[in-house]
Amino acid sequence: MSATLSLPVCSLLDCAVEDERHFEMHDYEGPVARWCPGCGDHGVLTAVTKLLSAEQLRPETTVFVSGIGCSSRLPHYVKTYGFHGIHGRALPLATGVKLSRPDLTVFVAMGDGDCTSIGAAHWLHATRYNVDMTALMLDNNIYGLTKMQTSPTTPQGFASNTQPRGSYLPALNPIAATLGITNASFVAQTAEWVPQHLYATLQAAYRHRGFSFVRILQRCPQYTTSIFQQAVRKPDLVELLVHEQGVQLPELDKLYKRQRRHDPKDLDAARRLAEPDDVIRLGVFFKDETRPRYDEMRRLPRHTAEEKVRLLNEEMERYAI
Amino acid sequence: MHPPLEDRVLAAPARRPVQTHRLPSHTVEVVSDPGEGAQKCGQIFGTVSAKMGNGVWTVEIIPAEIQPPARDPAGASGNRIRVGTDAVTNWGDETNLVVAFNEQVLLGRHRLGALAEDAVVLLENKWATDDDPAIRAAWSAALADLAGTAYRIVEVPMEAECLQVVDDAKKGKNMFALGLLCYVYQRDLERAKEQIAQTFRKKSEEVYQKNVALLERGHAWGEQHLDFRVEVPARPSGQPMVVMNGNQAAALGAVAAGMELTAMYPITPATSVSHFLSDIFESFGGVVHQAEDEIAAAGVAIGASYAGKCAFTVTSGPGLALKTEFLGLAVMTETPLVLLDVQRGGPSTGLPTKVEQSDLLAAIFGQPGDAPHIVVAPATIEECFHIMVTARRLAEAFRTLVMVLSDANLATGVAPFPRPQLDPAWMGAPPDLSPLPEGVRPYEWDAKTGLSRRVLPGTPGGMHTVTGLMHTEASKIAYDKATLQRSSAMRSRKLAVLQQMLTPPVVNGDAAGGDLLVVGWGSTKGAIDEAVARARAEGLSVSSLHLRFLSPLEPGLKQIFSRFRQVMTVEINYSDEPGDPYVTEENRRRGQLAWLLRASTLVDVDCWTRVLGEPLRPAAIHQAIRAKLNGGAQ
Repeated sequence: MSATLSLPVCSLLDCAVEDERHFEMHDYEGPVARWCPGCGDHGVLTAVTKLLSAEQLRPETTVFVSGIGCSSRLPHYVKTYGFHGIHGRALPLATGVKLSRPDLTVFVAMGDGDCTSIGAAHWLHATRYNVDMTALMLDNNIYGLTKMQTSPTTPQGFASNTQPRGSYLPALNPIAATLGITNASFVAQTAEWVPQHLYATLQAAYRHRGFSFVRILQRCPQYTTSIFQQAVRKPDLVELLVHEQGVQLPELDKLYKRQRRHDPKDLDAARRLAEPDDVIRLGVFFKDETRPRYDEMRRLPRHTAEEKVRLLNEEMERYAI
Repeated sequence: MHPPLEDRVLAAPARRPVQTHRLPSHTVEVVSDPGEGAQKCGQIFGTVSAKMGNGVWTVEIIPAEIQPPARDPAGASGNRIRVGTDAVTNWGDETNLVVAFNEQVLLGRHRLGALAEDAVVLLENKWATDDDPAIRAAWSAALADLAGTAYRIVEVPMEAECLQVVDDAKKGKNMFALGLLCYVYQRDLERAKEQIAQTFRKKSEEVYQKNVALLERGHAWGEQHLDFRVEVPARPSGQPMVVMNGNQAAALGAVAAGMELTAMYPITPATSVSHFLSDIFESFGGVVHQAEDEIAAAGVAIGASYAGKCAFTVTSGPGLALKTEFLGLAVMTETPLVLLDVQRGGPSTGLPTKVEQSDLLAAIFGQPGDAPHIVVAPATIEECFHIMVTARRLAEAFRTLVMVLSDANLATGVAPFPRPQLDPAWMGAPPDLSPLPEGVRPYEWDAKTGLSRRVLPGTPGGMHTVTGLMHTEASKIAYDKATLQRSSAMRSRKLAVLQQMLTPPVVNGDAAGGDLLVVGWGSTKGAIDEAVARARAEGLSVSSLHLRFLSPLEPGLKQIFSRFRQVMTVEINYSDEPGDPYVTEENRRRGQLAWLLRASTLVDVDCWTRVLGEPLRPAAIHQAIRAKLNGGAQ
């Protein structure tokens, strides 16, 4: 790739810029990731990097925003712009970025504690704002970085350092919860141990215009391997939701025999399928691009400083004496 | 001493020769139950006075509830307008003339000590003959209560008069009262009609005409029945002026500064900034984002600013507390951010609608960890406008958080000031996204100043991840000793650099020194200046100094302080009184600025502070100055 491309300031105006560069996966690769060996985050990073290259996203106009936790280190390992924020607050930061710069492509990486606990209010409202961004919730069912505390998605009975006699309450269901939020426009679930599915889901999420919420089930080799071990070993415990409007991967047919055709337009069906069951369902639960997008509604033409001074002088007349 | 009650109540219109009192300033208030329009009356009176060239300072009188019970002493709603020949810089002392729509709200104001001993009261008297015996009894009891005062109470049949013009007097009394005031203060009726037109013409011509008829009726009643008038001569400045409150000024200042996004969550008394902006911001391409909470408001503003749009957030004490972690992030990632804190009484929910200056130390030191940033405070309503321009420039030049500490006094006070001469340069340059050579670091800290250029997303070649973790110049997570010490020094150094760019504050009074230096900050300037002027007129050796920069502090303070025998801050926050039980020189909790000044100058700075839920009165400060010079006895 060439570093000599001249980009006019008008990229701020969201005008199309001719770009002759071609980006390979390595063009997006940052420093070597420092997650534990076997951590599901590695697989997500690979899928993300592959997606960036497949979609030829310009590194300088792509921003990864994250909160705090293992998964929130992801921006450091991608050679784009990144904002590694504070615990639970990736979504407000990302909303600010997108509201002010519609020309930027925004990804959000957060963990289950980040998204469904300390930042739960933002999760609810970001879903409703439906600002165009791809939000990845890397759900290992535990607080990893702070060393094994119960998270809202920890299965009931699972012992941790804070609830050593087992988690007291049934786990929160992020898919059902998100589907319950007014103006949700894209809700999907995938798992890092099915890389093709992970990649296809990320791609569908990225291509969706609006707020795409993807829950990525992932193993924590330190603390929660056992939670997903069964599902990893026994594909029969997984049911794929397939549809041409969602994710459909014939190459998985042999391994994943349990498949259900689900039209992502059908919200009622999506809500039924999100309820707890004896299977883990992967796929696009819901998708609706007709939902209003806050970032589109709030987009306004820019004015020059001189125009603003003229307008402000007019406004000042109201107060003149 | 007091004349008997019957002498003071003009029950019958016994016309006497009219005496006109010529005064340099006078304070008038209009109080009613909420919803009776006393505020509108007061606002128009203030605007007309300003337009005639008088100095004016208006404050709202607001009950805590939207619709408290009718005829309730705690439910008084209205406006208090101080009119002067020269510029009026503060709300003054006590009210000299009050128009009250019922005796209970009058009682409320009386009990608060709002009225001067010899105040004139124009009181609606329909309650004296109300059908409800309980109301008649309440009237009698209230007047008996007030009989012990030296107020001059003039009964006015407002209801009866208004019913000659409208069917529902409740909807017109305020314009009748405006007419009365226009008579008393010799206000230009044509200007009053212009203001009525601005307020009511959009409703209908008929509504406008009725209000004008009420205005004229009030004026005529005054002419026929009152035996006094007040003349506060006007001295028009000749230069173009605007009149507004501090929140309006801050909102317009934000636009003038080229700000493009504000993220906020409703909180009194800050919210009206966003109300004004919501009306106009979109026509400038600006967005008011009402976030889901205070924390998200800070996050959205930081995200927007990180991406290159100048953004600010506005809040009050409880919101400031919630935003704390994000403010640390702005400092750590060196993301410019302007935060306007319109202070109210605290702690906790405190006094949402009332003034205090209790956020100073929290504003400077409230972020856990070392988070050096800039804190400034406007001293006047005019400065609420200009400080937003300054704040933006500082935030971007120093890549840090700039907190602006306004307060409820400035937020709701209305005063005229010279119309700002706008400059397109205030709007800042468009973001520079020209490509950078690979390897450019996002924090190329200048070794001396700690300053560095911003690299905005969208800049080819500049890709990096900012982080709230300790980091190197390349924004890589760092744990090595040298980086930790150095990066902290670089963030801190910026404040030293700014401090050296500031000029020492000007001493109001004797720069060469004297017996006492009064030091203030924020909205108290007008009241302090007035108190110092009164004390100096008595021959007291007192001067004052007002700080706009609180972090870093303005330079030269220690040297200035050394020229005065005593230094004392005057603030609207809590401090222990010397001599109170258990309070010693060692454990005394002092005013927040005093705390700061003592720490930074090692001068034994004393303080005089009050938390009364209202702005300081010049007379009270004057008294404190006298007491201080008399060796502490008050």
